[in-house]
Amino acid sequence: MADAVAHKDPNYMAIFWWLAALTVIEIAVIFPGFPKMIVGTLLVALAVSKASLVAMYFMHLRFETRTLGYIALIPLAIGTLLLLVLLPDNRAIDHRTADSVKLEAPKH
Amino acid sequence: MAEAVLTPPALEPAESPLTPESWGKLGMWIFLAGDAVGFGVLLGAYGAVRASSGDWPNPYERLGITLTALMTFLLICSSVTMVKALEAIKRGDRPAVTRFLGLTILGGLLFLGMQAYEWTHLIESGLKIFGNPWGASLFGTTFFLITGFHGLHVTGGVIYLSVVLAAVSRIQDQRYNYMIAEIAGLYWHFVDLVWIMVFTFVYLL
Repeated sequence: MADAVAHKDPNYMAIFWWLAALTVIEIAVIFPGFPKMIVGTLLVALAVSKASLVAMYFMHLRFETRTLGYIALIPLAIGTLLLLVLLPDNRAIDHRTADSVKLEAPKH
Repeated sequence: MAEAVLTPPALEPAESPLTPESWGKLGMWIFLAGDAVGFGVLLGAYGAVRASSGDWPNPYERLGITLTALMTFLLICSSVTMVKALEAIKRGDRPAVTRFLGLTILGGLLFLGMQAYEWTHLIESGLKIFGNPWGASLFGTTFFLITGFHGLHVTGGVIYLSVVLAAVSRIQDQRYNYMIAEIAGLYWHFVDLVWIMVFTFVYLL
């Protein structure tokens, strides 16, 4: 049992209140009518913060060996690669849409 | 009738290099890393499909977020009861272990009930897997695929935790109980973590 309980347990209720508060903020930011880019950035930042709190404290990643942390980071690296691979396609689609709008415009 | 006391299976002979307390914990982390890639691909595909669509409905207007915010809160609460169950195992407080693990399972069941209610309501509103009245047909496809895949994980978690609850109720070895509950807890917290992402990307953005 010694290895399993070597670290002091974090204050789980404090983590809970942080998660609850961040969820309330998430819901609050989608209503005031901020620019979409700002809302998107805020929501992603809040989601990453919440996910980090769960991983670091509830899943005890903060108290594990660094190498185990690297295992947990592999999906993040793959996700980032996936995003980079998909981005050019989305940009191409945006250009196509813009061009088609331009071409269709004179007909109206 | 005398209470049956089971002897736990023998612990692993050699130490895992990254998780000295058990190989099972390392195995769970590797499984979760693979599973996270699966969810990452689903969410990445969702983003790509949505970005290339000109008539994607506004999710929080069509899906509604009151119920899902409550579901998010419920999963956060169940994560807390899960860690409280681990604390109770450390203390050797067996009634508290049963209570907190039971509450965690209840949280999962309530989540599934709410998801079933949400799906029923949305299907009645016209959201189908191959179309909807509001715009891009893939809106429904991605919604049911992502939330359904997560719902299957919650179902698996409820079954897994029920098995763990049955085991820790019968087995007296505190170290063994802590180990199996901690590994199951990793899975449960992961389900919570994924929902945090699903809630943001599918419902709020």
